[in-house]
Amino acid sequence: MIFAIVRTAVAALRRDRASLALSFVLPIAFFSIFAMIFGSQHNTVPRVHVIVVDQDKSTASRQLVGGLEREGSLIISTRPKSKTKGQELPEYTAASAEAAVKAGDVSVALVIPQGWGQNPISFGGSHSGPVIELLSDASDAIAPQMVGGLLQKASMTAMPAVMAEKGSEYTAQSIGGFTPEQQKRMDANMAELRQIENAPAETGAAGAPEAGPGGGGMIAVHERAVVGENKNKPMISFYAAAIGVMFLLFTASGSAGALLDEAESGTLDRVLSSRVTMTTLLAGKMTFNTLLAFSQLCVMFLFAWVVFHIDLFGHIPGFVVMGICTAFAVAAFGMLLASMCHTRAQLGAVSTLLILIMSSLGGSMFPRFLMPKAMQTAGLFTINAWAIDGFTKVFWRDLPVTALWPQVGVLLTVGVGLFLIARRVARRWELA
Amino acid sequence: MASAVAVSAASSPIEVNALVKRFGTVTAVDGVSLTLRAGECLGLLGPNGAGKTTLIRGIVGRVIPDAGRITVLGFAACSGEAREALGWVPQELAIYPRLSCKENLSSFGRYHGLRGGKLAEQVAWCLKWAALEDRAAEPAKNLSGGMKRRLNMAAGIIHKPRVVLMDEPTVGVDPQSRNRIFEMIEALRAQGASIVYTTHYMEEAERLCDRIAIIDHGHIIAEGTNAELVHSAFGTRSQVLARFAGAGPEIAAWVERRGGRMADSTAQFTVERSTEIAGLLDDAARDGLELEDVSLRRPNLESVFLHLTGRELRD
Repeated sequence: MIFAIVRTAVAALRRDRASLALSFVLPIAFFSIFAMIFGSQHNTVPRVHVIVVDQDKSTASRQLVGGLEREGSLIISTRPKSKTKGQELPEYTAASAEAAVKAGDVSVALVIPQGWGQNPISFGGSHSGPVIELLSDASDAIAPQMVGGLLQKASMTAMPAVMAEKGSEYTAQSIGGFTPEQQKRMDANMAELRQIENAPAETGAAGAPEAGPGGGGMIAVHERAVVGENKNKPMISFYAAAIGVMFLLFTASGSAGALLDEAESGTLDRVLSSRVTMTTLLAGKMTFNTLLAFSQLCVMFLFAWVVFHIDLFGHIPGFVVMGICTAFAVAAFGMLLASMCHTRAQLGAVSTLLILIMSSLGGSMFPRFLMPKAMQTAGLFTINAWAIDGFTKVFWRDLPVTALWPQVGVLLTVGVGLFLIARRVARRWELA
Repeated sequence: MASAVAVSAASSPIEVNALVKRFGTVTAVDGVSLTLRAGECLGLLGPNGAGKTTLIRGIVGRVIPDAGRITVLGFAACSGEAREALGWVPQELAIYPRLSCKENLSSFGRYHGLRGGKLAEQVAWCLKWAALEDRAAEPAKNLSGGMKRRLNMAAGIIHKPRVVLMDEPTVGVDPQSRNRIFEMIEALRAQGASIVYTTHYMEEAERLCDRIAIIDHGHIIAEGTNAELVHSAFGTRSQVLARFAGAGPEIAAWVERRGGRMADSTAQFTVERSTEIAGLLDDAARDGLELEDVSLRRPNLESVFLHLTGRELRD
């Protein structure tokens, strides 16, 4: 009897393609996306792009920059890339590096100030003289930590002689000086270390000794968040947009599904036998779904304002522009899905599959800036990515509405394009 | 526009000429020609799958004919003028289940271009017509089956159409609700509306319709008033219905030999005069058949359909 029940259930499942897709395709798709994001099997761990401004130009600072350049997980830029081949642009300054972080070009910039090389090491937590400044974008919590750690590592591996010299000075101060014999040996070792320093650099940092337990750090660094430094809850506005867009997509496809209910009940036929044309009907539903999605965003951000204190009212123009464009694009996405599917069940399965894939690729589940480059590029094919980028510009980078033109342009174009395709597909309901 | 109005005024409410509609290899409507006259109620009588609904959907402009022509008051079926003149009550409950009766009627009224006072007036009239005034604020999904049917009908005539197409409006309703629906249709007729009424219940067609077109397998097989149809099929003859004890093939063979036919274990014979019954009974007794019940009746539309197609209307 149990076998008979199992057999019936298997037959039903085989005929329910939507459930089959949800059961087998969705987990595989998700697994693949997250495997690619975290790159365990393709060695595609994201590399952090760092701008380094060397104002010191001392031996120590050059050694440090060289050490950072040899780090496989960092991409060091000292000057902007020229669009003209062969032309070399001037090096970054502290101001241009800060501007690049603010614009979101990089998450971290290091400024090595003039005079730093005279006293680069800070043993025992005390430091006199200029310190390296680490400019960060607080929306990326990982990159500054990573760069800070690698900076300490580079100080140990790239400038051992400086490290030893300063260390011996510190020791001499502590113990009241070395004996002549000890000083002689120390000088011999220092000469050896300088030879190692001057030898051609090995590629990468592999094999170099690990940085010691320098939680306090051998190199004094002053970290300053140049973006989001005044935000009391760093990632709230990011996730308000990220999660908001994902649920907007679900709502829009669910709401557009009313079209399928109407087709099934015969109401659609009746409506189309009145003065209402298919274009008018779809435009009406699209308008409603856009307003619904925008209202959802308003509620979400108002909640974030009340509970998490994001600065909603300081960003009203940008919020309205991005909110309407996002709502328009997701509404069109929902209309297209509804017009392509034949039943509510099919719509449910297809929309779940597509929305979860879009959300994982587009940064609703995991920030895109932490993804490998290829995944970041793939994310640009999703509504989520453009919407989140736009909201980030508004709430995180405090950019003016005029800076939103790429996101606004893409979302509106996507919205119009999807609506036109939906209209074309909906012809199947017009006449038999 | 003036000439168009003149044309429409002189034209029949509906003219269907040699209509053909195929769905793949199935021909749903096969060369149907039909005229609905001003102010009349024309019944389309036929079994399920006969082509009634396809014909109605063709008139309302929801299917494209493969051949033939349909006009509504002289205008092509798909034209805006035809849409305005037509009211359609589909067989399905084509209403918004979550909206109240009043909201449903208001919505469909707006879709037909009604606004403001005119809309409110029509909604009020329709609620009264459908006897739903006390349920105006009730969501449609909470209504009984009969009430939903009435709301479905009201939504089809909210814009006061001159021609109304009703596609089996009494499907699935109890006799009491059916009578209420008949009264609604009679009230509509009294206002001068021309109606096409499809059904597979012959008693509905007999009660409501001035003329009846019998449709089967996509063809109109007979058309006329009730009396005309019966007369053309049976003349002045009557039917004798006889039930015999037992049910063997020998009874069916005997009935066939006597020129009758079996339907629902009842033998049906056509007789010119009632005196012929005596001869029929004598023959049965002589051949050893035991008669349980015998009656004489005038043929009806059911008889006509059976006579023309050899099948029951509700097969």
